[in-house]
Amino acid sequence: MDAFLQNCLTGISIGSIYALIAIGYTMVYGILRLINFAHGDIFMMAGYFMIICMTDMMIPWYISIVIVIVATVLLGVCIEKVAYKPLRTAPRMSVMISAIGVSYFLQNFATYLFSAQPKSYPTIGFLSKSVQVGEISTTLVTFVTPILTILLVIGLVMLVKKTKVGMAMRAVSRDFETAQLMGIKINSVISFTFAIGCALAAIGSVLYFIPRSSVYPLAGSLPGLKCFVAAVFGGIGSIPGALVGGFLIGLSETFIKASAFSEFSDAFTFIILIVVLLCLPTGLFGEKIKEKV
Amino acid sequence: MLKIKDLHVSYGGIKALRGIDVEVPDGQIVTLIGANGAGKSTMLRTISGLVKAESGSVTYNDKELIGLAPNKILEQGIALVPEGRRVFPDLTVLENLRIGSYLRKEKADIEKDIQWVYSLFPRLEERNWQQAGTLSGGEQQMLAVGRALMSRPKLLMMDEPSLGLAPLVVQDIFSIIRTIHQQGVTVLLIEQNANMALKTADFAYVLETGHISKSGTGAALLADESIKEAYLGKKKA
Repeated sequence: MDAFLQNCLTGISIGSIYALIAIGYTMVYGILRLINFAHGDIFMMAGYFMIICMTDMMIPWYISIVIVIVATVLLGVCIEKVAYKPLRTAPRMSVMISAIGVSYFLQNFATYLFSAQPKSYPTIGFLSKSVQVGEISTTLVTFVTPILTILLVIGLVMLVKKTKVGMAMRAVSRDFETAQLMGIKINSVISFTFAIGCALAAIGSVLYFIPRSSVYPLAGSLPGLKCFVAAVFGGIGSIPGALVGGFLIGLSETFIKASAFSEFSDAFTFIILIVVLLCLPTGLFGEKIKEKV
Repeated sequence: MLKIKDLHVSYGGIKALRGIDVEVPDGQIVTLIGANGAGKSTMLRTISGLVKAESGSVTYNDKELIGLAPNKILEQGIALVPEGRRVFPDLTVLENLRIGSYLRKEKADIEKDIQWVYSLFPRLEERNWQQAGTLSGGEQQMLAVGRALMSRPKLLMMDEPSLGLAPLVVQDIFSIIRTIHQQGVTVLLIEQNANMALKTADFAYVLETGHISKSGTGAALLADESIKEAYLGKKKA
């Protein structure tokens, strides 16, 4: 029983991080109909930014986190301006190939800058503190992660549903041209969407790398793909869907790792992708194609 | 006053407009009739800044509009009700109206204008919480017009507002156009329904494959034999 609870906690915690990254995929897809394959690598770059801030420049963690979020947002917005914006009217396939190109570029650029050797990730003292709840012992970060994620998701849903900029995002995601006729600057809305996705990826990267303690240039590749699966599972385009998808992927992965098939856990994630695409192509909360009667 | 001078526009590799001259004086209803593919929509989309012009000029109160972004053109007081209504289907009726006032800041005035649009279209108030995609075609057209009015335009351009609507609804739409006009909004109307358009308009232009072939008061064109034959479906006696 204790092992079960322990696995639940671990699964929900890693699942929340997946959810934070999956939101980046889902929001960008919602607005540009683009799977931003570079998103996992942006997450990896955020890991290096944290190492530069804390290890190399000795900046305290609370300031470092702010710098990392800002730097990651700038990176994401630049990528959008350089690699995606010029292709706004191109076929969707071209933009996707551009995204794959950016992904490989970031991986190789990171290898060039930081070498392929894993670099050790700084620790944030109080987050690594161990906590004992009944028979379960874990670190504080495992508890903080899901709570923080749920708060961020609630905030994001409120932003999209209740604010003027959220309304503009929903309008742009539906119809570029008519949104322009309303006076909405679509490029600003798209940049804003990338900024939110990257800020969440930056927060996710801090929470992800603290317990794993090292970063290497391919560190964003597999988590990125898993989060993409989470976004598809939840229904790509849906923010609550990304949260649920992230939790489910995190839990299934943790339980398989705890069983006799631990080596099989990543393969299982992608089996989920195939099954979802075959049986439930719009995911759990995806937009159903509405038919007007 | 909106002045279009020698406007050339290519669209999708085709020369859609080959040097047209159109004037829309303040306080009038001006209509542009013509067959499918004559370039009517292209003209409105160029004025709105959605399509780039090749050469020529479009001025509004002597300010050049060519080269301005769509949001800047809206700021000049020119709004477009696009062809096919194009309401945002998953936003509610009220949100569609609010997004029409996107560039405006004064909250109290916006609330007042929402009431004004509701007074023009009582149907929209009854359905303000519904998703716009669930409205009927006529209601969606009302919403598209109401949404454009929420920017408080001085010049309202409408691209085929009667398209695909039942005859009774078409009459409603035209009576609404007259009401809006009486409230001081200049109207530039594009129509295939030449009969209704010419009856409503102060002045009319006929657009044929990218150039203006005729112009005159609505009444004069209604009486014109060649117009009758080509656009009103009446054979010469």
